[in-house]
Amino acid sequence: MQDIIDAIRQFILSTALVGEAPENLRNDMALITGGLLDSLAALGLVSFLEKKYSIELDVDDTSIERFDSIADIAATVARKLSVGAGAGKD
Amino acid sequence: MAEHLADYLEASARRFPERTAVVDPSGRRLSYAELNQQSDALAAFLANRGIVKGDRVGVVMPKSAAGIVSLFAIMKAGAAYVPVDPLAPAERGRRILTDCQIRALITDERRLAVAPTDQDAPATIVVVGSQTTVNGCDQFEAIVATSAARLTRPRALSDLAYILYTSGSTGIPKGVMLTHENAVSFVDWCSSVFEPNENDRFGNHAPFHFDLSVLDIYVSLKHGATLFLVSEDLGKSPKDLARFIALNALTIWYSTPSILTLLLQFGHLNELDFSSLRIVLFAGEVFPVKHLRALVEQWPWPAFYNLYGPTETNVCTFAKIPAAIPADREAPYPIGPACSHCASLVLNDERQEVETGAEGLLYISGPSVFVGYWNRPTEDAAAFLERDGVRWYNTGDVVTWGADGFIYAGRRDRMVKRRGYRIELGEIERALYLHPTLQEVAVLATADADAGIRIVAFASGRPGQPTPSLIELKQFCATKVPAYMIPDQFVVQQQLPRTSTDKVDYQSLKRMAATPRVA
Repeated sequence: MQDIIDAIRQFILSTALVGEAPENLRNDMALITGGLLDSLAALGLVSFLEKKYSIELDVDDTSIERFDSIADIAATVARKLSVGAGAGKD
Repeated sequence: MAEHLADYLEASARRFPERTAVVDPSGRRLSYAELNQQSDALAAFLANRGIVKGDRVGVVMPKSAAGIVSLFAIMKAGAAYVPVDPLAPAERGRRILTDCQIRALITDERRLAVAPTDQDAPATIVVVGSQTTVNGCDQFEAIVATSAARLTRPRALSDLAYILYTSGSTGIPKGVMLTHENAVSFVDWCSSVFEPNENDRFGNHAPFHFDLSVLDIYVSLKHGATLFLVSEDLGKSPKDLARFIALNALTIWYSTPSILTLLLQFGHLNELDFSSLRIVLFAGEVFPVKHLRALVEQWPWPAFYNLYGPTETNVCTFAKIPAAIPADREAPYPIGPACSHCASLVLNDERQEVETGAEGLLYISGPSVFVGYWNRPTEDAAAFLERDGVRWYNTGDVVTWGADGFIYAGRRDRMVKRRGYRIELGEIERALYLHPTLQEVAVLATADADAGIRIVAFASGRPGQPTPSLIELKQFCATKVPAYMIPDQFVVQQQLPRTSTDKVDYQSLKRMAATPRVA
């Protein structure tokens, strides 16, 4: 889980929040409703996670309830990975 | 010509009572008879609560069939609807609804904070989708389950139909007042050019507070077609949006070039069947030719049209895009000549008509031109020009006249467009001035190859105060302005550069903003 969180943090800090001190970005902060990620940056993050983890995120996975904080996004990715593993995908 | 937007619905309900009028994002369908009955019931309720001709009623909710019922009900009651962005900060929505003094509000439980308070509080609040009764509010579902006769109130073309708020340079959004004549003349023009029929399937991507929705809703329902509402969430996921268009076999699609570009880049269009699409319309911003070319190559069968027009006129010029775009073409396509229901004029600073090929400001007249801004007589005076007995609206857009119509050449004021939305940079500055640690603020826009424009906010901090972080500034903006207005970049300096007359030196800031990553 921690590696997923780190990957998300790294992506956000290097794209939407260039120059921000990493300690200012908390894992429970609202990213989209809080104005930190605009819709284009959020799409970039979805695309990045899909490629990195070979998963597919649909509209339910990226709804505000599941995709607004680093912690929630990491949990969504972890859930997708476990579903994939359970279904016998490699 | 119809007298009123509700006439279209009533005529379609008589012709096609059983056909599906609206498909909700949840998949729920409303037939024409149901939409007409439910809007009659809500109209009767509003009338019973004292709503009369000329009143304003706020509508704040995510895209839903209840929203469409509400728009028609408000107009049937003789009032004007005021749609507010359900995703924007409640504070901004409340300012808008307070400004136009709404008498009633239709919203959902999550958004009740948008309601004006104290002496500005609306007498009636109708709540949509709530399982339990909300204190002091009425339940939408209970109201529309009743049956009521059509109200017999007189309808006139000059009645206000809706007020759409756009970004205001003074920091407060301004309300563009549009009458039924304004809307009906535009809808009838659409009928003549796009020739829709009851077999068409329209997508509605634009939210109700964005004027692109006027075409989707009223042209579709006038012709007995089916309107598929796109949810706010779906709008953010190009892959799912592409699937939505393909699986629902939509025939007419209308959105900003930004959305079409996202569909092209992230929508996996190759994997889906879009053969039903017959018309693709875009408006709201310049479509970069390289993306437009790629889209036309991807979808060679539908007709593509570039529509242009500010909220004040709705679409007033249009151009059909050729079936093949030359590989070496780089210049964006013209916005075209005036639509048949509009007249156009290009004037220089001395208000004289310019020669072919010379730049000037585009003026529009005709039945679709708005009647004025809500409660802003000074801005009305600046917006209109009387000439030979005709009232012309100054769009503020600089154009030149070429062989294929007008060519858009930008603006001279501080208004920019991003993802189809108008943004007055002054509104962002006003919001940032409210930040307790900032002394002075200057917001600029600069061209960006990928995003179209990039908004950069320069600021100086108050002496002795800590410099706010980027996160803090973005979060602060999110409480004051919609997401599309939040600057991409913030540069906080000790002081802003000044001109010899001690004003903020925007020219020098502009040069800094044009340099990537000045921070």
